[in-house]
Amino acid sequence: MALTEENPGYKWVGTRPIRPDGLEKVTGKAQFGADLTLPGMLYGKIVRSPHAHARIVAIDTSAAESMPGVKAVITGNDFPDLAANGAHPSAIDISHNAIARDKVLYEGHVVAAVAAVTREQAAAAANAVEVTYEVLPHVLTVDDAMAENAPLLHEGMITKGVEPTPEQPSNVASRVAHERGDLEQGFGEADVVVEQEFTTKPVHQGYIEPHAAVADANSDGRANIWCSSQGHFQMRADTASVLGVSQGTLKVTAAEIGGGFGGKTVIYLEPIAVRLSQRAGRPVKLVMDRDEVFRATGPTSGTRMKIKMGVSNDGKLTAAEVWMAFEAGAYAGGPVGAAGMTVLAPYDIPHFLVEGYDVVCNKPRVAAYRAPGAPMAAFAVESVLDDLARAIDMDPIDLRLANAAVEGTQAAYGPKFPRIGFVETLEAIKEHPNYTAELGPNQGRGVAAGFWFNAGMSSSATVHVNENGTATVVTGSPDIGGSRQSMALMAAEELGIPYESIKPVVADTETVGFTDVTGGSRVTLATGAAVVDACRIVIDDLRARAAKTWDVEVDQVEWVDGQAQHVDGSQPPLSLNDLAAKSARTGGPISANASLNARGVGAAFSTQVCDVEVDPETGVTQVVRYLTAQDAGRAISPDYVEGQMQGGVVQGIGWGLNEEYVHDQNGNMENPSFLDYRMPVASDLPMIECCIIEVPNPAHPYGVRGVGEVGIVPPMAALGNAIKDATGVRMTDLPMSPIKVLEALNEQSD
Amino acid sequence: MLSSSPSAQVFAGATDLVPQIRGGYPTPDVLVDLKKIDQLVSLANDADKWTVGAATPTVRLTEDQAFSQEFPGLSEAAGLIGSDQIQSRSSLGGNLCNGSPAADSVPAMVVNGVRALVAGPKGSRVIDVADVVTGPGEISLASDEFIVEFEIDRMPSRTADAYLRIIPRTEMDIAVVGAGARIGLSDDGTIAEAVLVLGAVAPTAVRVHAAEDALIGSTADDDTLAVVAAAASEACNPIDDKRGTIAYREQVAGVLAKRAVRIAMQRAEQSNGDA
Amino acid sequence: MARTHITTVINGDEVDFLTEDSTSLLHALRDEVGLTGAKEGCGTGDCGACSVLMDDRVTCSCLVFAPEADGATILTVEGLADSGELHPLQQCFLEGAALQCGICTPGFLIAAKALLEKNPDPTETEIRYALAGNLCRCTGYDKIVRAVQEAAIQMREQ
Repeated sequence: MALTEENPGYKWVGTRPIRPDGLEKVTGKAQFGADLTLPGMLYGKIVRSPHAHARIVAIDTSAAESMPGVKAVITGNDFPDLAANGAHPSAIDISHNAIARDKVLYEGHVVAAVAAVTREQAAAAANAVEVTYEVLPHVLTVDDAMAENAPLLHEGMITKGVEPTPEQPSNVASRVAHERGDLEQGFGEADVVVEQEFTTKPVHQGYIEPHAAVADANSDGRANIWCSSQGHFQMRADTASVLGVSQGTLKVTAAEIGGGFGGKTVIYLEPIAVRLSQRAGRPVKLVMDRDEVFRATGPTSGTRMKIKMGVSNDGKLTAAEVWMAFEAGAYAGGPVGAAGMTVLAPYDIPHFLVEGYDVVCNKPRVAAYRAPGAPMAAFAVESVLDDLARAIDMDPIDLRLANAAVEGTQAAYGPKFPRIGFVETLEAIKEHPNYTAELGPNQGRGVAAGFWFNAGMSSSATVHVNENGTATVVTGSPDIGGSRQSMALMAAEELGIPYESIKPVVADTETVGFTDVTGGSRVTLATGAAVVDACRIVIDDLRARAAKTWDVEVDQVEWVDGQAQHVDGSQPPLSLNDLAAKSARTGGPISANASLNARGVGAAFSTQVCDVEVDPETGVTQVVRYLTAQDAGRAISPDYVEGQMQGGVVQGIGWGLNEEYVHDQNGNMENPSFLDYRMPVASDLPMIECCIIEVPNPAHPYGVRGVGEVGIVPPMAALGNAIKDATGVRMTDLPMSPIKVLEALNEQSD
Repeated sequence: MLSSSPSAQVFAGATDLVPQIRGGYPTPDVLVDLKKIDQLVSLANDADKWTVGAATPTVRLTEDQAFSQEFPGLSEAAGLIGSDQIQSRSSLGGNLCNGSPAADSVPAMVVNGVRALVAGPKGSRVIDVADVVTGPGEISLASDEFIVEFEIDRMPSRTADAYLRIIPRTEMDIAVVGAGARIGLSDDGTIAEAVLVLGAVAPTAVRVHAAEDALIGSTADDDTLAVVAAAASEACNPIDDKRGTIAYREQVAGVLAKRAVRIAMQRAEQSNGDA
Repeated sequence: MARTHITTVINGDEVDFLTEDSTSLLHALRDEVGLTGAKEGCGTGDCGACSVLMDDRVTCSCLVFAPEADGATILTVEGLADSGELHPLQQCFLEGAALQCGICTPGFLIAAKALLEKNPDPTETEIRYALAGNLCRCTGYDKIVRAVQEAAIQMREQ
């Protein structure tokens, strides 16, 4: 671990205790979405489209309804037509994605659902629902979708962000662009220009826990939902919208979640489960099987990108031109916007043009996947930077240092960077022994960097001090990475009591104030800030009670190391325990709420170096060494900061080497299982070494920067650059599977 | 029991059966658990041969030092049929009778001339393993027959086997190409016996006679191995699918053939044969 | 269809339950016996989240038909701790931060236990291959491997 700034003597922040939810998780007691059973519970099963694009001509549920054990059968007709109600287009899209109305737009699109007493009965009934389709031609890639005369998914889609506004509809939902300076001048000043086109395939977040929900509807219109979700408040809002009810009728409890990575910030099963439960008058459990997760939940975009960059012989980047088309899946709103903002962000480039297109196609609607949009963009740019470095015979880290964004740099996406730690991550890699370790035959080394803005958004927290001097910290952020521990560490630090005295709780939508999703690497920052605020209100309250006890003014009381002290020491101190025990006499229970919209978000940078060995006769690539350096601002929980770094790297390795969606000509996914959707296994990997850099975020009480996402941004380029170093071939299509590497090697020797 | 229903089927570890049922294959209405019959989960040898129950979990093969030392190729091949979890259940019988062109144990069984004892209502018979699989998912056994056990003749001295496969990851993948080799040496160190079988490159396992012919009398020098590789690539009849392309399979079949022959050769040179 | 009566020993206790013949052991454990520690990640034996020990062998319970468990001895994650005292693997996973979301953890603990019982002093490579049947998407496996290494040391010292 490389500390860039000294730890200012924190007692709890920065330590490595055992996480509060750990015991339940190693003993099998932790309750995940599919673990709940309620009395009288039915099993749901969804009927899905086998076609990538089709009109629904008719749905006959009569056979299904009369089968043994079947208590409810629903279709799109059981949900309100939000378009007719003048709802916002994005709400309409969410409702149509939840269950199809007149058209299905991807294989796996929900068409109907049943609930029955046993799983087998539900499966049999689902098979008995007869759907008549009129199959339509489909488009699967951005190339197909953007081609002239391509079949349209949405008849009225006119591309936004293009001047003049197109007259004809297309599958291009929108265009975003960022510009600076004068491209012609910039390329004119370059001594070397590299131009390259890249393609990537859709990849799935790959959480091991399939989506699961249990809904229990009451006859008064209220319903309880228990589900696997990254954001139960957002889930409640979206589910209510699809059902056409007010949010207050739904209570959502977030179960322990078995992985999300962005893919569980959106709804799938919840409105279906509620409607089935309403119709049946009994609780309904809906769990996806793995096949459904792949076929019908958002992966992230496949892409085509064209990069052109120019550099002077002394290593200054003079110009960059980026064109990107990203698949959005069946509905507009993919991550190309964020890709456009992050693609050049680590560098100070005087002249550039970035254009990005959000393109719909007949695949599941894409969902967020860890720094959405940035990894693909970085694969392209970081590969070109590597080729530029080679062309001018400059060390790849030195090239990045020569152009690195620093405090005061105007970021490519607009704002001026406050204090940031990109340079520190580059230097950490350069100085590490791994950077100069000897390489063996057929081995190569690659470097790449990445950026993610991180999010702020809204969070609430409540802190209760219990009579025995312990404290309960209540938040609304589902814990997907160990954030409960960070909340407890910060609360312990603020209150001055032991970490073990803090109980962090993730509460349901009726128990805590509004909290945005767990995503965007925001929980430690924003929910943490709310926790800190609430603790500080509690401390002020405790000081006031001590003042009352001593009959002095509040400004005579300090809070130090978990106790109230008189500024001139004329009173024996009162501990939290003492004050808690006396709380009834000093004003009642001690607790405080804080809600905020987080400001002062800290951007995160990561630089990584990877060594590979490529078998020249088979194209199989083995990762032999991996090092990542990431600026965490302040690592509240170093164990879990490392965990986020390592997890992001390994997802990136899978994305770079073997993961991809494979479709046949009919638009059906050919590899919807973990057998052929090849995520890294333990034997594929070395240890992932971590350097935590701490350049504190000046705008956060503890200097925190989000850590969850940026780690996945550099790995594919680091791998590609290492493969280039080992073999001389530049891979431009992901994944860099053995077949493609061998093909490239064959071409090279021809 | 097998005769009781037209869709009745035997199973051992069910490691292919369960995914197939979940994947929508027709579900048999009667399943007969072969693991309940002792003979089918046995592992034993005498002076002439090893006998392996058709449903014996492959973990027992890889754990058996004597078996693994005598047949390192077959033992390694059996051990490649999936994770430790799968190994507790997978069997040679299942791996063979599932009929996958990519089955890892099949090339290694064929190069070792393994035989299968088949039982049915009309009695039993012994056939070569090479004659069991007739096409992808298809076997020559009648629907009321099943394999009881496999017979493997003791490995002669100066003879050894090897199995290699190519997969994109390091584990948990179906073979894109598999190559089994068995080499027997004469006293002067040249090759007297050579068997080379490829998997996952044709509807059934492919024996590469041209490569074997080239190896006989040679010392598996580089020139001979180049001929072996070319013959292996030529012998393939692969398909393009989600796991590999025709071109890749043909090219890598040649590479694996060479490598498997080299390993079998090195093992044969070191072995005295403790039969 | 009449359900079959199955008698097993689970986590040291004699347990009996009813099941359809086609139900997996995983579903029988979760739905009939109420032990939800083993998880369904894929249902096809590719992720290891459902791993249990069956007659001392690590197995994907999603690939076992529940009737096969008749007369068998089964260990699930719920049976790892001894009267509340954590198994060294459980303790090392906690101390080594070897879990994030925790969904794969029961499967890893069972597979790691099976490994260490067979091979008390495994190399890093042996650990990685023995655990190749268990998918984790959160940790990148690094801290899991280290936790198993640490538990192996502690178990050898006992």
